[in-house]
Amino acid sequence: MAELYSILRSPLILGDKSLRQVTDDVCAPMERGPGKLWWIAFVSALLLLAVGVAAETYQLVTGVGAWGLNNTVGWAFDITNFVFWIGIGHAGTLISAILFLFRQKWRTSVNRSAEAMTLFAVACAGIFPIIHMGRPWLAFWFLPYPNFRGPLWVNFRSPLVWDMFAISTYLLISLLFWYIGLIPDLAAMRDRAGTKLRRKLAGWFSLGWDGSNRTWSRYEVLYLLLAGLATPLVVSVHTIVSWDFATSVIPGWHTTIFPPYFVAGAVFSGFAMVLTLMLITRKMLHFEDYITLQHVEAMTKIILATGSIVGFAYLTELFTAWYSGNIYEQFAFTNRMFGPYAWAYWTMISCNVIVPQLFWIRRIRRSVVVVFILSLAINVGMWFERFVIIVTSLTRDFLPSSWSEYTPTWIEVGTFAGSFGLFFTLFLLFARLLPMIAIAEVKGVLGHGRTVVESTGILTRRNGKASQPAHPEPVAAAHATARPQ
Amino acid sequence: MRTTPFPNQRCVLAAFASEHDLLAAAQALRDRGYTIHEAYTPYPVHGLDNILAVRPTRLPMLCLLFGITGAVAKLWFQVWTSAGSWPLNVGGKPLASVPAFVPITFEVTVLFAGIGTVLAFLLRSGLHPGRRARIAHPRATDDAFVLVTLVDRADVHVGGLMELCHTLRASEVYERSEVTS
Repeated sequence: MAELYSILRSPLILGDKSLRQVTDDVCAPMERGPGKLWWIAFVSALLLLAVGVAAETYQLVTGVGAWGLNNTVGWAFDITNFVFWIGIGHAGTLISAILFLFRQKWRTSVNRSAEAMTLFAVACAGIFPIIHMGRPWLAFWFLPYPNFRGPLWVNFRSPLVWDMFAISTYLLISLLFWYIGLIPDLAAMRDRAGTKLRRKLAGWFSLGWDGSNRTWSRYEVLYLLLAGLATPLVVSVHTIVSWDFATSVIPGWHTTIFPPYFVAGAVFSGFAMVLTLMLITRKMLHFEDYITLQHVEAMTKIILATGSIVGFAYLTELFTAWYSGNIYEQFAFTNRMFGPYAWAYWTMISCNVIVPQLFWIRRIRRSVVVVFILSLAINVGMWFERFVIIVTSLTRDFLPSSWSEYTPTWIEVGTFAGSFGLFFTLFLLFARLLPMIAIAEVKGVLGHGRTVVESTGILTRRNGKASQPAHPEPVAAAHATARPQ
Repeated sequence: MRTTPFPNQRCVLAAFASEHDLLAAAQALRDRGYTIHEAYTPYPVHGLDNILAVRPTRLPMLCLLFGITGAVAKLWFQVWTSAGSWPLNVGGKPLASVPAFVPITFEVTVLFAGIGTVLAFLLRSGLHPGRRARIAHPRATDDAFVLVTLVDRADVHVGGLMELCHTLRASEVYERSEVTS
C-alpha cells in the first residue's frame, strides 16, 4: 500500500504491518506449541501455588493461630496482601477504561493483558479477606440472603460489607469488559482455526460474532458505556478499601486523605506490575512491534505522575500529623520513621518516592532493562506501603502496656508466595490460550501516524508484506476455503 | 427492522482490501441507488453508519434505566433490612443511616447497569453461545471488508453491479442467493 507517514505522530504499531499480519502475529504464540521456557515458568508457578495450598491447608486445619497475629496486631500479612493485589488490579481498569475515555490510542496494545492481570489480581486479592475470617467456609454469611436466623441481615453500615460488594462488583464488571473485548478476537480465532476443537471452542465463546456493521456500531456504544461505568467503579473500589482503615480511629489510619492516596497508589503499583509483565511478554512472544518503546515510555510517565502523587500524599500525612497537634497521630508517624519498622518505612520511601523520579530521564524511560528493574522495585515498595500502614499503626496501641511486635510466620509467607503462584499460573495459561493483544482494536489504530494514499485494492496474502503489492488470491480459491454455514 | 444477515434474496458480496476502499465503494453504490444491506468488517469502520443509515442504538438509555433500577432497589433493600425487617441498633446509629448506604448503592448501580447493558446488547444483536456465525467471507474477521448489496429490484442488473464493484476496487466479487443460517 502506498502510504504517507505523518511527521507529527509516530505510528503506534511498528513494522509496517498489514491487517493480516496483525492476526498472524498475535495468534502465532497460541498456535505454536508451548516452548521450553514457558514450561519452566509454568511448572515454577504451579510449585509456588502448591506451597500456598500447603500453607493454607495447614492454617485451615490448625486455625488462625498459625499466623503471627496477637491481641494487638489483628491485621497484618493477609490484609497487606489483599490491598496489594487489589491495587495491582486497578492499572488494568485504568488502561482499559480511563485511557479509553481519554482516547489514548496506545492502550490498544496492552489493554487485553492488563485487563487479564486485573482479573487474576482481584482473584488473588479475594482469597485473603476470606481466609482472614478464620472460618472461610462461612464466608457466605457476608451475603444478605434470607435466612432462618431472624432473618438476620448483614450490617450495611460496615466498611467490610462495602468491601465485599465493591470487590465482587469490580470482579464481575472487569470480567464482562474483558470478555466483551475478546468476542471479536475469538471470532477471528474461530475463522482461522486449524483444528476442529479449536474452531468449536472459539466458535462457542465468540457467540456467533460475524463482524456486521450493525453489531459493531452497537458494540462500540456498549464498550463506551462499560468504560464509563468502570471508571467511577475503579475509583470507588480503592476508595472503599481505604475506608476499611479510614473509618476506624487508629492513629495513622483515620485520615481523609486515604481515598485519593490509595487510588493513586493503586494505579502506581498496577502500572509497575503491567510493565513487569509486559516487558517479559514482549520479549518472550516477540511483540516488540506491538508493545514498543513508545508504549513503555507512556506507562513510565503514568508511573511518574502517580508516584509523585503518592510521594506528595506521604508528605501531606506527615504535615497533617504535625499540624494537627494530635500527639497520637504525631507518635504514629515518628514511630513509622524511627520505630522498630523504620526499615520498612524507608524501603517504602526509596521505592515509591525516589525510584519513580528517575523516570524524568528519557534515557531511563527508554531502557527496557532499567525500566524492568525499577518496576520490580516499585512493586516491592508498594507492598511495603501497605505493610507499614497496617503493622506500624497496630503494633503501637494507645496503651503502651498493649504494645507488641509482629513477625510473619512461614505459613503467612507461604500463603503470600502461593498467591503469586496462582497469579502466574493464570497469566501463563492466558498467554497460551487467548490473544494477548486486542487484535480488532490494534487493527483500528494501525493507520495511526500513517495515511494510506492509495491502496492496492488487493487482499494481502498470509505473511505478505503490506508495502509490496501481493498477488490476489483467485476468487475460486477463496470460495474453496469459504465455509458458508 | 429485524435484520437477517443474509436476506432471503439474491445479493452481491464484494470484498475490499481496506476500509478506505470499502467506504468509497459504499458511498458510490448508495449514490447510484443500490440498497446496501450490511457490511462485514474486521474492526469497526467509522463513517459506515451514516452511509448505511444505521439508526443510533438505544443502549445508553437502557443503561441509564438499569442503573436507576439498581440504585433504587439497593437503597430500598438496605433501608428495609436495617430499619424494617430486623431493626438492629448498631452503635447507636440511626436505623436508616442513609449516608452509610451510599457506597453499596453505588456499587449495585454499576453492577445492574453493566450486566443489564451487556445482556441487552447480546439480545439485540442476537449473539449467544451456539449461534452459527454468518460468514460473509472467510477472512471477514481477518482483513477482508465485505459489502452486501441487495439485488432487490427488477432493474438491478447483477452483471452490471458486479462489474461496478470491480471498478470500485473490490478484490473479490461474488453472488449469493441461499439463506445461510
